[in-house]
Amino acid sequence: MKQSVAARPNLWAAVVDAILRRREASILVVALALIFYFQTANNVFLSPENIATVAQYAAPWAIIAAGEVMLLICGEIDLSVGQVFALAPFIMNFAFQAGVPLVAGVVIALAASALVGLINGLVTVLLRVPSFVTTLGTLFLLNGFTLTITQGFPVQTPGSGAFSLILGHGTYAPILWAIGIMIAVQVVLTSTRWGLHTIATGGNQIGASESGVNIGRIKVGNFMLLSVLGGFAGILTAVRITSMDPLAGGTDVMFRAVAAAVIGGTALAGGSGTVAGAFLGALVLATIFDGFTLLGVSAFTFDMILGAAILLAMILNVYLARLRRVGK
Amino acid sequence: MPTDAVDAMRAEHIVKRFGALIALRDVSIHLEKGEVLGLIGDNGAGKSTLIKILNGFQQPDAGRLYLDGSEVRLKSVSHARSLGIDIVYQDLALVNELSVYHNMFLNRERVGPPPLLNNRVMKKLAREHLDDMGVNIPSVEVEVARLSGGQRQAIAVARAVYSKAKILLLDEPLAAMGAKEGAIILDLVRHLKAKGDVSIVMIAHNYAQVLEVCDRVNLLQHGTITLDKRADETSVVELTDLIVAEYRAARERPA
Repeated sequence: MKQSVAARPNLWAAVVDAILRRREASILVVALALIFYFQTANNVFLSPENIATVAQYAAPWAIIAAGEVMLLICGEIDLSVGQVFALAPFIMNFAFQAGVPLVAGVVIALAASALVGLINGLVTVLLRVPSFVTTLGTLFLLNGFTLTITQGFPVQTPGSGAFSLILGHGTYAPILWAIGIMIAVQVVLTSTRWGLHTIATGGNQIGASESGVNIGRIKVGNFMLLSVLGGFAGILTAVRITSMDPLAGGTDVMFRAVAAAVIGGTALAGGSGTVAGAFLGALVLATIFDGFTLLGVSAFTFDMILGAAILLAMILNVYLARLRRVGK
Repeated sequence: MPTDAVDAMRAEHIVKRFGALIALRDVSIHLEKGEVLGLIGDNGAGKSTLIKILNGFQQPDAGRLYLDGSEVRLKSVSHARSLGIDIVYQDLALVNELSVYHNMFLNRERVGPPPLLNNRVMKKLAREHLDDMGVNIPSVEVEVARLSGGQRQAIAVARAVYSKAKILLLDEPLAAMGAKEGAIILDLVRHLKAKGDVSIVMIAHNYAQVLEVCDRVNLLQHGTITLDKRADETSVVELTDLIVAEYRAARERPA
């Protein structure tokens, strides 16, 4: 008896300790608390239909956030990915209209997305333009380009059957893609040379290059990865809602992805971050978005809450990082 | 200095100017195999310029450099490194966010089933290598950020040795370090000396510590070597006197 009483605070301390130490765990607690709150406030929150809705909100943010995490870790940022999100479905459609099979159209669209990432990366690395500025430029450039080639009109998304079911129209297709991509990118980050070199590039650029790490290649590669993921998320969304809009995505989807990454525990200063955390961050944003919609809170209020959540997450991150350092 | 063995490194009549400023007017030094050479001198004497020439970061205006008896021209830091010359600038090359063993193997990672890293093997090798060098850290899995300054620097040195460096240049390894931290590095240098696989040039300000671990001391003053003695033939007093005399002479010289 005495022993168990004595053991309990230790167990709790250990649990709290573990939560403090794992970045993903703290955001997981936030996600669970929010789900609990919304389910209590409105019992349809955990209905299958609503879960599907939350998943559909979260998926594109999570997919883009996975790439943005890699880029943030190596010390760069991409503001233009929301425009790639808008452009990619149109490129797929143009290819299809030109007589190319739809699947090949997807490949062409992703290759074009990669090209945007390549340009972002080369301008940033070779011409030494800060990525914030580079991608601010390509943001406007791509937005104008998409509007020009589409003349500003939305188009119906081609495709049917298995193609559209798999590429976004199936209820859980987007979130399954997001989960798969999250796992794949997380493995790349933590268990491959590419991931190690990405962390080294952001953590100590000079030290990494002195060790022979090709930091330029790492950065360009991560720009390309993010652009491809942005284009893919755009295609998934276009297939899901069966229409493509030149004004889709944009800074909205980009900032939500960055917010998901930051809330999930990725440092804007580079050197550290977690893809799984960003996935949970996207889930938290989607939960807040959907939950407040269910409660009848307006979209204006949502932005206030999102802003406060980012600030809170950043303050908590700084505080937890300090705790981790002091811890041992 | 006639010796039977070929020097690990020898620099002859090195000159380096920066515009009107002559950083090195005529420097000749040699480093025997397995030796620890202490390079001392006041600020501005040219120590860092000399080190930068020895590791290929800068090229001399005149003079020759020999490795194992054959002349070399170091084109770059990576060229020097490929020839077995490595420099450790305190702990600046480490990535704080990575674990000790990932730092040790940075860009030389062992890959298991591709493309995955073989962390198990890297941990084991890192542990063995650090034990072998007498570097004492709780675990190779901790982030480098959590280690003390002395431990971090020991890791940096261990990494250079592990990358098959034959000549190690230690640039002020004891700067900004407490006695206990400094002792970690001095122990490591002694350990390396005992093994005899690497030759070391160590820049330092603390003469007592230099004399403690070095075989030989070179004093650099006004861009030239003014003293070359075995550590047991000189003393802290002699070295300090030489530096102070230089300072007095400079002060009393008409401006």
